[in-house]
Amino acid sequence: MASSAEVLQGSDAREVRARNDDHAKVAITVKIRRFNPEISQDSWWDEFELQADPLERLVEVLHTIKWHHDGTLTFRRSCAHGICGSDAMLINGRNALACKVLVADVGAKVTIEPIRGLPVLKDLIVDMEPFFDGYKTVLPFLINDSGEPEKERLQSAEERERFDDTTKCILCAACTTSCPIFWGDEGYIGPAAIVNAHRFIFDSRDEAGRERLKILSEKTGVFRCRTTFNCTDACPRGIQVTKAIQEVKRSILFDRF
Amino acid sequence: MVTTHTYDALVVGAGGAGMRAAIELSDKVRTAVVSKLYPTRSHTGAAQGGVCAALGNVEEDSPEWHAFDTVKGGDYLTDQPAAQLMTEEAVEAIYQLERWGLPFNRTPEGRIDQRRFGGHTANHGERPVKRACYAADRTGHMILQTLYQQCVKRDVRFFNEFYCLDLLRDADGATAGIVAYELATGELHVFRAKSVVMATGGYGRMFRVTSNAHALTGDGPAVAWRRGVPLEDMEMFQFHPTGLAKLGVLLSEAARGEGGIVLNKDGERFMERYAPTIKDLAPRDMVSRAIYQEIKEGRGAGPNNDWAYLDITHLDPKVIEEKLPDITEFARIYLKVEPTKEPVPIQPTAHYAMGGIPTDLDGRVVVGPDEVPIPGLYAAGECACVSVHGANRLGTNSLLDLVVFGRRAGVDAARYAKEAELVDVPERPVADTLTVLNGFLERETGENAADIRKELQDNMFDLAFVVRSEEGLAKMQEILAGLRERYDHVAITDKGSVYNTELMETVELGYLLDCAEALVISARARTESRGAHYREDHPLRDDANWLKHTLTYRNDDGSIRLDFKPVKMGPYVPMERKY
Repeated sequence: MASSAEVLQGSDAREVRARNDDHAKVAITVKIRRFNPEISQDSWWDEFELQADPLERLVEVLHTIKWHHDGTLTFRRSCAHGICGSDAMLINGRNALACKVLVADVGAKVTIEPIRGLPVLKDLIVDMEPFFDGYKTVLPFLINDSGEPEKERLQSAEERERFDDTTKCILCAACTTSCPIFWGDEGYIGPAAIVNAHRFIFDSRDEAGRERLKILSEKTGVFRCRTTFNCTDACPRGIQVTKAIQEVKRSILFDRF
Repeated sequence: MVTTHTYDALVVGAGGAGMRAAIELSDKVRTAVVSKLYPTRSHTGAAQGGVCAALGNVEEDSPEWHAFDTVKGGDYLTDQPAAQLMTEEAVEAIYQLERWGLPFNRTPEGRIDQRRFGGHTANHGERPVKRACYAADRTGHMILQTLYQQCVKRDVRFFNEFYCLDLLRDADGATAGIVAYELATGELHVFRAKSVVMATGGYGRMFRVTSNAHALTGDGPAVAWRRGVPLEDMEMFQFHPTGLAKLGVLLSEAARGEGGIVLNKDGERFMERYAPTIKDLAPRDMVSRAIYQEIKEGRGAGPNNDWAYLDITHLDPKVIEEKLPDITEFARIYLKVEPTKEPVPIQPTAHYAMGGIPTDLDGRVVVGPDEVPIPGLYAAGECACVSVHGANRLGTNSLLDLVVFGRRAGVDAARYAKEAELVDVPERPVADTLTVLNGFLERETGENAADIRKELQDNMFDLAFVVRSEEGLAKMQEILAGLRERYDHVAITDKGSVYNTELMETVELGYLLDCAEALVISARARTESRGAHYREDHPLRDDANWLKHTLTYRNDDGSIRLDFKPVKMGPYVPMERKY
């Protein structure tokens, strides 16, 4: 086999990495919308200018600010690699996870705000309770009253594939809080809840699809969706959110799933 | 203001072990789960490759073979009855998850599909066996979601973004409850309960390169340690061979299970030299050490010659797309490397704590060589030490541990809560907590917690990582004493009550310092090499003197006492660990 070192020679990626290791940092201006109810009822903007590695994650840039410039800067984060769903933010006008956006992806200036449509509690932290309340209304758990087999329930690979996309959801709220209908209408259940309903409606082992479709056909449900595709663009897991919503709509209209 | 709550049972932590325990408890007694993260943010969700059980869906297998592999993988520090129990209960535990809706990948017959994983073999080491049940490379995500769904179904009471700051015990040592800090308001809460299940996860954040989430700061072990509970086998920390270079983000062993190989800078598949039978599927400690050896002998890759490569370019793109989608994406996003076309730069990453709060097979926390239970106190998952992983955990056995022993802890904690009386909390239960918090809040100037944390992580990476020595560990212990001294003078800038994450990060740093101290002292004491604990000054395993667990206690004056207890043996006689 070819030497791996040779394989990498000349690749752009290697150059980027080499620059990174030489600490070829770049200047970045980070503009952040701040809010602290203990100081003021109004939000304000702060700007921080710092040096960062091009391959650094934005969440680590936020850490640099918090740990060395302003300890009061407040945001949620945990896994820092796009799995836990803690750090959804509005980054240069688009919802994304701060741990899946690199400095090189945003250029010399980045604007960070809290995700929209949920009450801001402090800086980049929003109240997640309304989001999880919406999720809970769609019966987000397997319902099957036909008795339990001794071993596993059988499911073909094709049946499993049918709902694969919506099992990826990490409940980060990036989709729901990118939706203009959700911003304007407090009743709308939002894309993430529909995604999680889809995950069970199209699972061959589940028996409560009709019940969920009934919930989603109500006035707070899927027909509020105006197919703007913001949710699909926002999903850090690459879920075809709008497609899932359309599939749920079709199931309601044709009573088929 | 302090609010007091009273429950029959409390679970601290809402990852896999905590929620599995909560499911058992909430059906039987009044239960609350106190967690510093929203449940679905827990790090169980980051586990990728699979969860092992000898279902035999793809090829012949048996729980007994799985038990043997677990004991051998643990380099015979594993308590053999725990391994036997876990591997026997594994089968039903997996079926239970499936019946709760976990979307496992399927065989052509519609059964749960299984694949190979490091150290899991047929017939006592003959050949690799397909034992890992999986859902693409998101098995942990699916377990976490499934358990959360079952908690929603049962309407389990969660107190989210509440940090556990103290364990309360009465004058006789029985469990009385915990003190928690509500992040949203800065208020302290006393939770009284008859049984408390600690399920707070690991403490990999003490190392510079780690696969662990920022939240993994050893809260449960540290809080318990400060209240007289020993910590077991703290020197046993697993370094996973395939972390993304520099970042430590995990690239699942499933990549090797599907046929991926590890290369040095010359493109050589060097594991053929270290483990001729199962090669790249050797257990993690061996592969990590082999990488260090390659680096030491000048065959390390990368700009500083301290990396290796994970190569999956020869795999069918369909296999990569269907079975390894997430880790492929990690390489693309974070290193701008295309894994289907070029090898991915990797380095060993701090991954998993085998040690922790000592428990028996029912999750009861036990003290000393005689294993005297602390009434009402339980632990499960990574923060606990059963000890089923011994000196080196096999891949997939962590997810199995948390569903098997999370369930068992929940069952016994419910039994205890039904039988026992609520005991009194100490007078002024939050006094000690307030002293700590007020110190940070009231000091106007002082040390920066982030600087201390960075020095901790850098030095632990240099001195207490894959290769250790008396010299390095002694130096580390000295450094820790200095960091601890500075920690007592930390000042923070956020003096507020609302979402003061700076205050909680500072508290978490204190937990990390405690866990690091226990780790270093245990590692200095163990003058042999076993599993993940490799001492270059004592490179051989020493069964005559060291078939025993370390127990580390913190005395009231802050000094540390070491004790030991024998490994519980069984059918498997220690032999040289070759693969």
